Amino acid sequence: MADETLDAKGLNCPLPILKAKKALNGMSNGQTLEVLSTDPGSVADFEAFCRATGNELSEQEIDGDIYRFVIKRVA
Amino acid sequence: MADDNGAKALSNAKKMTIICTKGSLDWAYPPFILATTAAAMDVDVTMFFTFYGLQLLQKDLKLKVTPLGNPAMSMPMGGMHMSMPNMVGMIPGVTDMASVMMKNLIKKKGVASIEELREAAVLSDVKMIGCQMTLDLFELDKSDMIDEIEIGGAATWMANALESDINLYM
Repeated sequence: MADETLDAKGLNCPLPILKAKKALNGMSNGQTLEVLSTDPGSVADFEAFCRATGNELSEQEIDGDIYRFVIKRVA
Repeated sequence: MADDNGAKALSNAKKMTIICTKGSLDWAYPPFILATTAAAMDVDVTMFFTFYGLQLLQKDLKLKVTPLGNPAMSMPMGGMHMSMPNMVGMIPGVTDMASVMMKNLIKKKGVASIEELREAAVLSDVKMIGCQMTLDLFELDKSDMIDEIEIGGAATWMANALESDINLYM
């Protein structure tokens, strides 16, 4: 289980990223954030976000129309 | 924690500037989307608002979009796309109608409003500079602008641009 869950379903670019960043800011290193999104662009965007910020994209899956990511706060 | 993340962003961050020159609803999006996303990715962002772009800093935004002179504007409607003949854009009321349609579409598709993105930019410490010359030229008052802006000129942007990794003009 992730430490926190962000429901970003129905939101479009760049809101899932902005809300994920805000959530991560309130967490400690090592904690995990689960993000649920319906934006197909979020697949490429969360990979890029984690690559650029040094956070770890530890899980990624698609369940129907819902994209699920787990980000571990590292940076 | 939030604090040490902020400190890191200040000391070691990449920098970006965006010159914002346009004040219509459609053209307000690219600078605010990129500025807020860059800030979320720990980039130190400065936005410089000049000419019509300065309208994006007004406390009360009344942004509009016009089909006039924009042959690429084609709105989804009942599974089809509707594009307006350029001439129609000249008819009084068409700009307001197109603006309402666009705002409804933005809401329906879960796209942020410009007000929301601007608020996100303020909260993520994006530096916003209003152009002094434009204030003078169009007789705009700084008190009509949001409080979080600084006022400066071309040299202020240059000083930021020279130490930035990315400089964009929109």
